Amino acid sequence: MILMMLKTIGGFWDPLILVLAAIVVAIIAYIIRAAGRRNHKTGEQAKPFFSGVAEPSKEAMHVRASNLYWGFTEALKGYYTSMKKMHSGMLNDYIGWFVGIAALIFVVLFVMEVL
Amino acid sequence: MNIMDHLPALVIAIPLLTAFLTPLIDRVSRKARNAVVFIALALTFILAILLVQDVFDNGIQIYVMGASSTTQTIPTQAAVPIRIVLEIDGLSAFMVLISVLISLLGLIYSFSDIKERGGRFYTLFLLMLVGMLGMELTGDLFNLFVFLEVTSIAAAALIAYEFRRGSTSEAALKYIIISSIGALFVLFSIGLLYGEYDLLNMAAIAQAMQSTHIDKIALVLLFSAFALKAGAAPMHMWLPDAYGEAPGAISMVLIPTTAASMYALFRVCFTIYNESLHAIIPAVIIIFGLLSIFIGVTMALVQDDIKRLISFAAVAEVGYILLAMGVGLYGFLNSEEYTVTALRGGMFHLFNDVLDIGLLFLVAGGVIYATGERSLNKLGGLAHSMKYTSVLFLVGLAAAAGLPPMNGFASKIIIYESVYKVSPILSIIAILASIMMLAVFIKIFQAVFTGPKLTECREVPKPMLASMIALAALIIFFGLFPDMVIEHLVDPAVNALMNYGAYIQAVMGVGT
Amino acid sequence: MIYNIPFFTVVALIAIGMYAMLFKRNLIKMAIGLTIVESGVNLFLITLGYRKGGFAPIFTDLPPDVSPADIPGKMVLPVPQALTLTSIVIGVAVLALILSLAINIYRHYGTLESEKVRRLRE
Repeated sequence: MILMMLKTIGGFWDPLILVLAAIVVAIIAYIIRAAGRRNHKTGEQAKPFFSGVAEPSKEAMHVRASNLYWGFTEALKGYYTSMKKMHSGMLNDYIGWFVGIAALIFVVLFVMEVL
Repeated sequence: MNIMDHLPALVIAIPLLTAFLTPLIDRVSRKARNAVVFIALALTFILAILLVQDVFDNGIQIYVMGASSTTQTIPTQAAVPIRIVLEIDGLSAFMVLISVLISLLGLIYSFSDIKERGGRFYTLFLLMLVGMLGMELTGDLFNLFVFLEVTSIAAAALIAYEFRRGSTSEAALKYIIISSIGALFVLFSIGLLYGEYDLLNMAAIAQAMQSTHIDKIALVLLFSAFALKAGAAPMHMWLPDAYGEAPGAISMVLIPTTAASMYALFRVCFTIYNESLHAIIPAVIIIFGLLSIFIGVTMALVQDDIKRLISFAAVAEVGYILLAMGVGLYGFLNSEEYTVTALRGGMFHLFNDVLDIGLLFLVAGGVIYATGERSLNKLGGLAHSMKYTSVLFLVGLAAAAGLPPMNGFASKIIIYESVYKVSPILSIIAILASIMMLAVFIKIFQAVFTGPKLTECREVPKPMLASMIALAALIIFFGLFPDMVIEHLVDPAVNALMNYGAYIQAVMGVGT
Repeated sequence: MIYNIPFFTVVALIAIGMYAMLFKRNLIKMAIGLTIVESGVNLFLITLGYRKGGFAPIFTDLPPDVSPADIPGKMVLPVPQALTLTSIVIGVAVLALILSLAINIYRHYGTLESEKVRRLRE
């Protein structure tokens, strides 16, 4: 077998096959693209329609990082508020989490011992 | 004297001596200092590679400090090992390889990144490497504690390196206090084990282990302290602070230091306690893993600081490793057939995590170097002026998010399949988090590299590009030939984890 | 019973230190708490090596009334003392680093309260 493969539990994973497939797909995509119309007009036709208002500058329209997943964070607002409470940034809390987790493992371990 | 016999000692000694030589040479000339540091680290790298090769070919290597022969672990008058023993098995060799490789690349990157007070910087840098290597090479529990502290002190000083920004001191203070609390817990449990068995050697303790109540207390303390240092959620809060505020390449070199703590965790679980390990420990590791994946990836999504975002992604990657290793440990205790696959996935992902997140940290450091800006909200359109960096970031993005055919996918698919055997829910969470990870990194790519040219800047200098390209080349190689990497690097580590008897026997001799 | 008193002291010291680290809001007080925990651990290590009527493990400087037959039972083990010394040295380095970082934090934040020293959060 020329292609090496990584055997997993359910089958195998061979990145080289994927790379070959990607090359084939790229060639097909290029052929389709090359078959496109040559008389496509640029200029007025290519401009975005903004209800007749002039398009703002590209700099002003760049979606900033904190707005990118606005909908997602808004939908999970409850989760994120509790997460922010957890990541309080206070050193006492950091130590508290550590001591708490250690104590919890202790309790669970010795309770299991007794039962 | 054959130099090959003294490799383990030399690998620690060379960077240690150079570390204290560096400030002196710095007084003479900066170029000479850079040259000396580079030569010392390159020499360490070569010797470490020789050592790793030796271990992979000939099995466990033993080096006894202060004995007439370097292989005489038990003195003639004694029944137990009382000298300091360095013991290198496949797992140690694997970790040593990661540490020296990442440190070398980080050093090359730092040559152009670090402008002022270089003498101290490289001293601390080499000391941090010494600490990592010591933790990974030693066969002695107290030595492990000492090197853990060496790593923490050097790392904390490096995190606070840009001391003109106050937040670096804050991150370093949190890091050092958390680390020393963890280390004190480790020391206390070493005291417990010493009081019980009069032993400090890990192999000897493993042989004498009786799993009494004292052993269980020591296990809980060791386990929680090393899990803390490895950055397992919900004890991960120091990690984004430390990684996020560290200068340039240090964020990347900090990943192997957390990996060294993870190594200590696995050494405690798999070797010292081996089959007498309490049954809830694998479950706890799996829970830590799931929490780390979930919290890491969701918190990364809302970060606005470029390095802090990647740090939370690093927490999630730690989660994948812990998840796989927890499942592997569960299988190890119950002799299931998926054990090897799970451990393989975990160890392979450990290497991939260091490479992928490391590359992303280097790119982030390059962006900060070129623009002086860390906030994602103020950056934009860097792809216009930093073409190579953007392409390298795309490679790191694809690898860290686990897109085929990158290395992250190869290790993640092994993890998904082995974890599925325990419970499908585990792999569902892992896959969902992997998708979110892609979204997280696309946020950086969209905000920093695409769009109109918002920030004027130039491409990063060549040494920085060189180490990024080297990492990217390794990532692509690991991605295209995962079977070779697993066969030659990962499997020796997995065998070492499974075969604790050989580790004990190498020190305690025949008849165990 | 009397030999257990050092162990109770160890537990008490660690508990006091942890209390300070968990509930005191001043960073210097937290550093003091860390030192107290460390003293507790050091005391624990040194107590492990205690032997009633023992003498120092120096073969060339034995007390005059000691016969060689006493050595295995009476000479204390040097290992716990070596461990304690190492741990004390490490503790000094850590404490020095913590205090110098605290100085720098005070310079930038103007406070040492852990509620206010948290620019890094969320």
